[in-house]
Amino acid sequence: MVTAASGSFELDDVSVTYGNETAVAGVTMSIEPASVTALIGPSGCGKSTLLRCLNRMNDELGNVKVGGRILFDGVDIYDRSVDPVELRVRVGQVFQKPNPFPMSIFDNVAYGPRTHGVRRKAELDALVEESLKRAALWEEVKNSLKKHAFELSGGQQQRLCIARALATSPEVLLMDEPASALDPISTQQIEDTIAELKSSVTIVIVTHNMQQAARISDRTAFMLRESMDFPAQLVEVGDTRVMFTNPADKRTEAYITGRFG
Amino acid sequence: MTDASFPRRRTGRPAFRRAAESVVTRAIAFSGIAAIVILAAITVFLGMNALRAVGDVGLWSMITGTDWFPTSKEPSYGFLPAIVGSLWVTAVALVVSVPVGVAAAIYISEFASRRTKEVAKSVIEFMAAVPSVVLGLMGLAVLVPSIRVLMRLDTGLTAFAAGIMVGVMALPTIISISEDAMHAVPADLRTGSLALGNTRWQTVHKVVLPAASSGVFAAVMLGVGRAIGETMVVLMLAGNSGIVPNTPLVSVRTMPGTIAGEMAEVVQGGEHYSVLFAMALVLFAMTFIINLVADVVLENQRKRWRR
Ligand SMILES: Nc1ncnc2c1ncn2[C@@H]1O[C@H](COP(=O)(O)OP(=O)(O)OP(=O)(O)O)[C@@H](O)[C@H]1O
Ligand SMILES: [Mg+2]
Repeated sequence: MVTAASGSFELDDVSVTYGNETAVAGVTMSIEPASVTALIGPSGCGKSTLLRCLNRMNDELGNVKVGGRILFDGVDIYDRSVDPVELRVRVGQVFQKPNPFPMSIFDNVAYGPRTHGVRRKAELDALVEESLKRAALWEEVKNSLKKHAFELSGGQQQRLCIARALATSPEVLLMDEPASALDPISTQQIEDTIAELKSSVTIVIVTHNMQQAARISDRTAFMLRESMDFPAQLVEVGDTRVMFTNPADKRTEAYITGRFG
Repeated sequence: MTDASFPRRRTGRPAFRRAAESVVTRAIAFSGIAAIVILAAITVFLGMNALRAVGDVGLWSMITGTDWFPTSKEPSYGFLPAIVGSLWVTAVALVVSVPVGVAAAIYISEFASRRTKEVAKSVIEFMAAVPSVVLGLMGLAVLVPSIRVLMRLDTGLTAFAAGIMVGVMALPTIISISEDAMHAVPADLRTGSLALGNTRWQTVHKVVLPAASSGVFAAVMLGVGRAIGETMVVLMLAGNSGIVPNTPLVSVRTMPGTIAGEMAEVVQGGEHYSVLFAMALVLFAMTFIINLVADVVLENQRKRWRR
């Protein structure tokens, strides 16, 4: 298991430009290891954009420029010596819509490890079991690992995607509205899973659900794009309890209490 | 609820709209039926003209006959030289076009930028529009002499030469249909794979190709259908010999080449004439079955992503 001390980010004046439109600018914050950081803000304020900087998935979109500096455990991940493919093994991601591969449950979870050279059956079996247990899906699927992943329910598929991401033993898990397509019970299960995971993995989660952010996160970052003429900015970041009870910025308070956004 | 309580709200579409819709529906249904009728008419027409050959020579002895000497004193009407010739040409065409076509489809679907993609697609459409006689001419001018010299053959007019050119002709079909199949694979599967620390190549190999495999198979089948039915190129390049070939490096005859080449010289309604119709029937059956298989596979592929 990964030690709790690794998996931290330092963002320094980070900006993201799509083509010639700067979507996000001037984000400076730290993400602490073995904690849950929630990214909140109205639609279009660049939460997903910022999240994708952390595992360099923005690189895949083409025509995207990231400015400023992002240190991952002290290493600048936009340095030329960093291979984004290797970075993504350490910084996993779970998406809004469950996206299991069209293959068996087992093969879905074994997908990452197989790419990285794990071939031995016993080793794979153990990894798959451990990952499914960490994602709280093991009990439901342990007798049907050969079943096609599409036969699972939406909530199960999402937990399968979490297990799949955990199978490469990432230090960080990025989650972009992981429960927004799910029913309340599945959402609860995902939240429980996050609570279990945070002792071993740093979690950064984007959510539109204020209660969810308040329930599960240790720290919260509030982003806002006040006008389409200007890039989105980080309004406030800090301890979740403080932010939700006594926010420093008026705009944060307005957003949290549902007065705009 | 009566109309009076909601006077402004209509409860249906106006009559003329409904009439127009039913006319359009009927026209579409008619076109569909017309296509089936034409298909049936072709089969009946071929069958009727082939009747005499089936009676005189026998369908089985034509299909299994190894000699094609229709104009000798004791004519023999064996289809095997043409069937095997067609198969050689098709095999060479596949060896040429499948790797190149699938690789091109992977490039266009997975790696090319949007602009390159557009350019490549129009180039491919343009390729499909090149008349086959032009490809035949190029084959005669360039390919046939080079093959003769390089392979030290008596003649360059071979299944090999014809197959290469037919492969070029099948390329647009194979590329565009496989590209469609890869394009249909949901983008979030690629993102998912990349986010797990896979390179683009690994993603193509482990997710995109398996997911698109039936579409790629269908593309290849349609390419085969195209290759087997191709006439002009083989007529010009294959050499048209009358024996069963056991290598692609000899002159061969093909079914479409034989029919097109000899139809003008036979007595209408005669035995040879009828035999050519029987051959056309065999050819038609082969291409029909191949296209049918491709269609069924493609349809299954399309259903797959309706999650
Ligand atoms: N691939 C892209 N190409 C160009 N512009 C993009 C792209 N993705 C996002 N943007 C732009 O960046 C801005 C922020 O988008 P982003 O998706 O990060 O917002 P978000 O906060 O995640 O919104 P939501 O809550 O709706 O998911 C938007 O103005 C959007 O138009
Ligand atoms: Mg988003």
